[in-house]
Amino acid sequence: MSGLFTPRNVMVAAVLVLLALMPVYCALTANTFLMSFFTRVLILGMAAISLNLIMGFGGMVSFGHAAYLGIGGYVFGILAKEGVTSGLIQWPAALLICGLFALAVGALSLRTRGVYFIMITLAFSQMAYYIAIALDRYGGDDGMAIQRRSQFGDLVNLNNRTFFYYLCFVLLLATVYLVWRLVNSRFGLVIQGARSNERRMRAIGFPTFRYKLVCFVIAGVICGLAGVLLANFSDFINPSAMNWIRSGDLIVMAVLGGMGTVLGPLIGAVAFLMLEEVLSRFTEFQGLILGPLLLAVALYARGGIDGILMGLRRG
Amino acid sequence: MLYLIEQCLNGIQLGMLLFLLAAGLTLIFGIMDLVNLAHGSLYMIGAYFAATFAAATSSFITGAALAVAATLVVGMVLEVVAIRRLYGRDHLDHVLATFGLILFFNDLVRWIWGPAGMSLPLPMEMLTAVEVLPGVFYPAFRLVIIAATLVVAVLLYILVMRTRVGMLIRAGASNREMVGALGINIKLLYTLVFGLGAALAGFAGLMQAPILTVQIGMGENILLLAFVVIIIGGIGSIRGAFVAAIIVGVMDTIGRAFLPDLVRTFVSAGAGSSAGPALSSMMVYMLMAIVLVFRPEGLFPATSK
Repeated sequence: MSGLFTPRNVMVAAVLVLLALMPVYCALTANTFLMSFFTRVLILGMAAISLNLIMGFGGMVSFGHAAYLGIGGYVFGILAKEGVTSGLIQWPAALLICGLFALAVGALSLRTRGVYFIMITLAFSQMAYYIAIALDRYGGDDGMAIQRRSQFGDLVNLNNRTFFYYLCFVLLLATVYLVWRLVNSRFGLVIQGARSNERRMRAIGFPTFRYKLVCFVIAGVICGLAGVLLANFSDFINPSAMNWIRSGDLIVMAVLGGMGTVLGPLIGAVAFLMLEEVLSRFTEFQGLILGPLLLAVALYARGGIDGILMGLRRG
Repeated sequence: MLYLIEQCLNGIQLGMLLFLLAAGLTLIFGIMDLVNLAHGSLYMIGAYFAATFAAATSSFITGAALAVAATLVVGMVLEVVAIRRLYGRDHLDHVLATFGLILFFNDLVRWIWGPAGMSLPLPMEMLTAVEVLPGVFYPAFRLVIIAATLVVAVLLYILVMRTRVGMLIRAGASNREMVGALGINIKLLYTLVFGLGAALAGFAGLMQAPILTVQIGMGENILLLAFVVIIIGGIGSIRGAFVAAIIVGVMDTIGRAFLPDLVRTFVSAGAGSSAGPALSSMMVYMLMAIVLVFRPEGLFPATSK
């Protein structure tokens, strides 16, 4: 097993260890900023992994993935405002609605290809965005503060920072495991086959539309879970969670990390959010550096960070 | 009734601006197969240039002309430096790269012009209202927008359909290798087309500038509408872009004007104020989704392929 200590495996392991030990470091140094920063990284990493399931493995470039972040958050927020504080109701409801939304969007948009698919997913997320703005009772354009995080009985307290962090971490690992199992299953192989040659997959008898639709729904549900976590974490939800710029950010994370692997987008999320944070310390014009960097990634580093690490191995 | 006519004119005027943006986008997409999210940035830059040059020369017309020329140059430089390398790549690469360009241009503009935004004052003669129908007064400048855009649309049509350059552009859209093999400098042609698209976007930006303020991110929402337009119209089709732009412009404006009242009659009085505009914005995207489901290639599919 000489392949075990490749630069990429070392990097992935380092990132996971770093994320696992972060609360310890934060507790020792009483650094609450880092703690909340990395909680966001975990949640958005999860969203990026779910996007990568359809984009990287399925070839379905969704430019509206942030919609699920928003819908998950809004279902949770609306239930909380209406007095339903039990997470056992809130969370399944949010995931169910995200799944139904993904089913509707997928059923319509998977009929199209290429740039049309990009644009129709964008259109649906914009619709969700405008619906959220129209929800006057729930803050309209300004969004609303959420008074209580989800309640799960006495044992579980989401207000505890460390607990919340590890909850996100465990859910992230569960997502990674799920997606990894999925893409290596027969189902995942059909999806990947449809990405490289859909006509051929159909010719050998796979109803690719159904496979892709199921994949699309799974990704939507996972991202919805990330949305519930994000809204719980920030105690706040507003329409801009679904803004198309957010969807663009998720694409950037997935591509920056590398779309070929399950964990690539997590590395991308860590790298992108850290870069944004570090740049904002030095300059208020982060875009002047970030923009050309994305251009460079698109032009010269298609495989993202993961691809670079793989390249190191080849020498 | 008067209000309806006025709103229809507003809708047509918005449609015309959308056409200017969509024509550039659809040319660039149809010919170079490039998804350019940064098109809205060129729109913004055109408006900033116009505000700056108009202040410097204290003439709206000179400022506008200089701004269009300057945006053309920015577009061509951008094409040579960055965009050129994206041809033939995956659409995802285009999305990523031009998304990066949006971030870059937003902060570049913030760096050069500051975060405050600018205004582009109109010359006196355009500030009056014209009686378009007996009893219906309409701002002269909005009529100027409609007229100027119609002129541009006709010129564009002549350029693409009746000139040698236009013939090459159309030929490049249907078979780029063949055009290159016949000894045409296809690189230069592409640079010109991108510059033309940029100039159209800049022109749209400066025409809109006196009505709204010139600010960072002004191109982002209208860019999405322009994308909706080219999808509805059929990617690569200028005629489709024109028809779809008018439909989307009128629909959006009429929706904004009348939906709030409609919502108010059905729901509580307070609900209309924010739900109305949001619903009308939604309507446009709904139209696009419907068109895509029933006619995945748009209303007027481009004949190539």
